[in-house]
Amino acid sequence: MTDAVLAIDDLQGWYEDSHVLQGVSLDVKKGECVTIIGRNGAGKTTTLRAIMGLLDKRLGSIRVGGTETIKAASETIARLGVGYVPEERGIYASLDVTENLLLPPRVAAGGMSIDEVYLLFPALRERRRSSGTRLSGGEQQMLAIGRVLRTGATLFLLDEATEGLAPVLVHQIGRAIETMKQRGNTLVLVEQNFRFAAKLADRHFVMEHGRIVDVIARADVPAQSGRIRAYLGV
Amino acid sequence: MSTQALLGQLLVGLINGSFYAMLSLGLALIFGLLGIVNIAQGAFYMLGAFTSWMLLRWVGIGYFGALILVPLIVGLFGAIVEKVLLTRVYKLDHMYGLLLTFGLMMFIQGTYIYFFATAGRPYPVPPELAGGSNLGFMFLPKYRAWIVIASVVLCCATWFAIEMTSLGRTLRAATENPRLTRAFGVNVPALMTLSFGVGVALAGAAGVFAAPIYQVSPLMGADLIIVVFAVVVVGGMGSILGSIVTSIILGLLEGLTKVFYPPGSNMVIFVIMIIVLLVKPAGLFGRER
Repeated sequence: MTDAVLAIDDLQGWYEDSHVLQGVSLDVKKGECVTIIGRNGAGKTTTLRAIMGLLDKRLGSIRVGGTETIKAASETIARLGVGYVPEERGIYASLDVTENLLLPPRVAAGGMSIDEVYLLFPALRERRRSSGTRLSGGEQQMLAIGRVLRTGATLFLLDEATEGLAPVLVHQIGRAIETMKQRGNTLVLVEQNFRFAAKLADRHFVMEHGRIVDVIARADVPAQSGRIRAYLGV
Repeated sequence: MSTQALLGQLLVGLINGSFYAMLSLGLALIFGLLGIVNIAQGAFYMLGAFTSWMLLRWVGIGYFGALILVPLIVGLFGAIVEKVLLTRVYKLDHMYGLLLTFGLMMFIQGTYIYFFATAGRPYPVPPELAGGSNLGFMFLPKYRAWIVIASVVLCCATWFAIEMTSLGRTLRAATENPRLTRAFGVNVPALMTLSFGVGVALAGAAGVFAAPIYQVSPLMGADLIIVVFAVVVVGGMGSILGSIVTSIILGLLEGLTKVFYPPGSNMVIFVIMIIVLLVKPAGLFGRER
């Protein structure tokens, strides 16, 4: 467990009075790419929000790079090198594309330059003076990912990065995630699109009713496809 | 109707508008990020004027020294108030912030009345800005021209800082979505302290500008803040540009009313406020929440 970049143990999480996370435990090794899969309402998004310190209340243990963060403020967690791409994308309407990209402060050396981000997502360069919310869904998603690539974060949490996107854009997001992996980053993806996730991930954590109920390694995916289909309810 | 009287009142209106702008600018900044309706803004304005008076009387520091020191002193006091008091009400309804700052205003005002009574104290116009020039159609006192220019510079500088700098970018982001902005590693609580400090420092600066033309008295802020709130409501709570533009327009309108229908000049701003509230409740420049 010493090389775990992210180690969650018996995490309990609440939105106001509703007890959403009921003992989540998982660990992610350095350089690994994992997904959290499961039905709607299982608690996948909430798990990522809990890691970022965005819940009203949380208990248990979340260690980021060996540092306990269960009581830490969101900004402290981000500064440990966590880059967060929220489900709602979180593009700022009062900032243009460049300003959105420049917003998150650098937390460590080794982040991409803004030109490298534009190289990865050429569409953003063309729209760089546009207000954040006048972008298409795909452009907003690229911006949400590009925004955290600058900061030098090495652990990335991506929530539904391909949701509602056309296949060509899904492909482009996939390439970006490949690039992030090649750079030695650690990734946690929450994905509805299992076929997309299966190509990228080393392990899949299956979530049900606020708990991790199963872990499936990449090599076991073909043999377990029936079980996976049952978990996802498709 | 003489042109002279008209221009004279327009100048008075422009100066009043400048003060409304400096005070409402700070209010907009504070409300935008903190969600606090800072009723005590008038008290910070009074503190600014009084601190200038004290610096001159007790320390021998004159007007221009005060112009630099007073915003720092008032801003620092504001930052402490934010850290010690306001942080406790952020999670509650807006009403609690309003009540807290109302109490704060009463406390500051009461303390000054206790020590200084309510009589006004004169503050001399600095010699560099005394006198004036005859423009042919009217006499323009130098100090009044100075206030208008200073207010324009202050408003432009604030606008520039918010729209063009990285701090301003972070401020806009934190105003729009504070929780997510924290998740990007931005220390939003520190930003809130800074904003409140800067917001009340603007009021403090307005107090320095006001000292030579109005009497320095513990109640000077209470008179002004009611009008400023009407201006802010018309402009749209939290809108920086709206506050500035509305301040100047309403100041001028008030001046005009003084010429054409003097008894109406004290209420024209409130009449407009009522109309705006009926037609566009979020204010002329405000966004519906």
